[in-house]
Amino acid sequence: MKYIVCLKQVPETDKVKINPQTGTLIREGVKSIINPYDLYALEAALRMKDAYGGEIVVVSMGPPQAEEALREAIAYGADEAILLSDRAFAGADTLATSYTLAQAIKKIGDYDIVFCGKQAIDGDTAQVGPELAFRLGIPYATYVYKLEIRDGVLFVERNLDDGTQVLKLSLPALVTIVKEVGEIRVPSIRGKMRAKKAQISVWGGAEIEADPSKLGLNGSPTRVAEIFSPPPRGEKIILTGKPEECVKQLCEKLKEVIL
Amino acid sequence: MLYPLTEEQEMIREVARKIAEERIVPVRAELDEKEEFPRDILKEMAQADLFGIFIPEEYGGLGFGSFENCLAVEQIAWGCAGVATAFAASGLGAYPIVLFGNEEQKKKYLPQIASGERLAAFGLTEPDAGSDASAIKTTAVKDGDYYILNGTKQWITNAAEADIYTIIALTDKKKGARGASAFIVEKGDPGFSFGKKEKKMGIRASTTGELILEDCRIPKNRLIAREGMGYIIALKTLDYARPGVGALAVGLAQAALDEAVKYAKQRKQFGQPIINFQAVAHMLADMATQIEAARALTYTVCRYIDTKPKDFSKYAAMVKLFASDMAMKVTTDAVQVLGGCGYMKDFPVEKMMRDAKILQIYEGTNQIQRNVIARELSKEYK
Repeated sequence: MKYIVCLKQVPETDKVKINPQTGTLIREGVKSIINPYDLYALEAALRMKDAYGGEIVVVSMGPPQAEEALREAIAYGADEAILLSDRAFAGADTLATSYTLAQAIKKIGDYDIVFCGKQAIDGDTAQVGPELAFRLGIPYATYVYKLEIRDGVLFVERNLDDGTQVLKLSLPALVTIVKEVGEIRVPSIRGKMRAKKAQISVWGGAEIEADPSKLGLNGSPTRVAEIFSPPPRGEKIILTGKPEECVKQLCEKLKEVIL
Repeated sequence: MLYPLTEEQEMIREVARKIAEERIVPVRAELDEKEEFPRDILKEMAQADLFGIFIPEEYGGLGFGSFENCLAVEQIAWGCAGVATAFAASGLGAYPIVLFGNEEQKKKYLPQIASGERLAAFGLTEPDAGSDASAIKTTAVKDGDYYILNGTKQWITNAAEADIYTIIALTDKKKGARGASAFIVEKGDPGFSFGKKEKKMGIRASTTGELILEDCRIPKNRLIAREGMGYIIALKTLDYARPGVGALAVGLAQAALDEAVKYAKQRKQFGQPIINFQAVAHMLADMATQIEAARALTYTVCRYIDTKPKDFSKYAAMVKLFASDMAMKVTTDAVQVLGGCGYMKDFPVEKMMRDAKILQIYEGTNQIQRNVIARELSKEYK
């Protein structure tokens, strides 16, 4: 089995602020981390490897410093890492990103399952996974937390608002993973030592035989018109006193708001 | 940096710390309350390679030494001294094989211990043989290609949980300590069973119990080294293990200090944080100083052990003695700093104080450590 895990290096978003003038993220001084949902995707792949054997290739599109995220993935237990890095990739929206990843995955070839996080915590679009499956021409399932292979067919369980859905997918397939997949393991000492020494391949546009018009800003029809912080929520009121009195007060407040 | 670490040593510390923070701290109170053996945590530690740190690479380990192992023990103990005891006891059970086992024994058992697939334990203490280890009564009688073991081992850490036990028994009763030998006994060997599980004051996540040998029949190739080497193997094993108790004490005391400082900065009395009061601040300063002194001694001796000196009993005893007395004092003071809160189970320091007490008792009481040190002094000044 060959598993491919797509991961993105993101700023630790709870510490990121938006520059109100330019509408862009102020990234200076903010630590970069692996997108948490992508770590769950990696954990899902590691569990498949534990159960069925095989190898894990992690792929990330990003600036040269994203190599750090790939090394971390190797420490967790990934076998190989490829960094997709090229100035031409910069400014990509989800369409251009999924194109770039698809080209790279086609070049890797011979894969069984592609794992993505359900979404990235910086963009929050949740689009790249499904777009990637479309470009690869393979079936996919989103919000997956359980995977099992029976007679060469992939069975997945996915989280829906009103229940659980079990799907059967032919391989190769793509899944996007949610955190219910289970706790992320602690990287091993051997993994960390291997990560330090690992050779990480860097592929640019030429290596993945990409059409330059579909890359980066050129290939991105999305234009962000404006970014702003949501208006602050209303004032918080804490009701004090005996429970009965609080309930009474609460009912009156609710009446004021609703009626 | 006070203690420069290589990149690999830093990795070992980080991995152990991460497990302590993410897996141990959230459940330690519950493990303590229920006296529950931390199977899942040990599995996670195994998967992270922690069990193999000091086991040679050719036997599936990482090939590091005492110092690296102590870095891991310290961090795990920062999370919970009970979990750290279960972990370190497997190392204690492995040392006789690492130090004295033959090629066949090393090849068979060390990879299983290094991977954490099977836990180890060490069985020396008996009802009538504690500080006087030479008073053991368990016997091993040769019978063709087998040895038949009879006796009871008491207060054995990881009893019933471990799969591989190194046990000291007499092959020649007339010779006393010189008639002792070391054997590998496996869970499931005929005539090998477990007695009662002890209820303890502290380190309650670790299991302490009896090993019962009733005509326990084991193949003769389970003998470690030669007949008569048992007492030497036991003493050498304890020499290697004692700095581990030091590291455990340092980790535990550090955790208590961390809680005490955090509390003293946020607890307000007389209109200000209590750390502003010299009575409290000086206690914290003394605690920090004592921890650092114990850590420096522990690290120095571990690094010395890794240079493979011929004899280091005195220094190993000093580490165990100094660090465990320090941990008892620091955890007691941490309870004092937290006051009423410190005495309650809602805060972690009362458990730390209970856990600290055993460090002055097990692997040789601190009185025995003083004997070891004094005996060496007497030799040096003759």
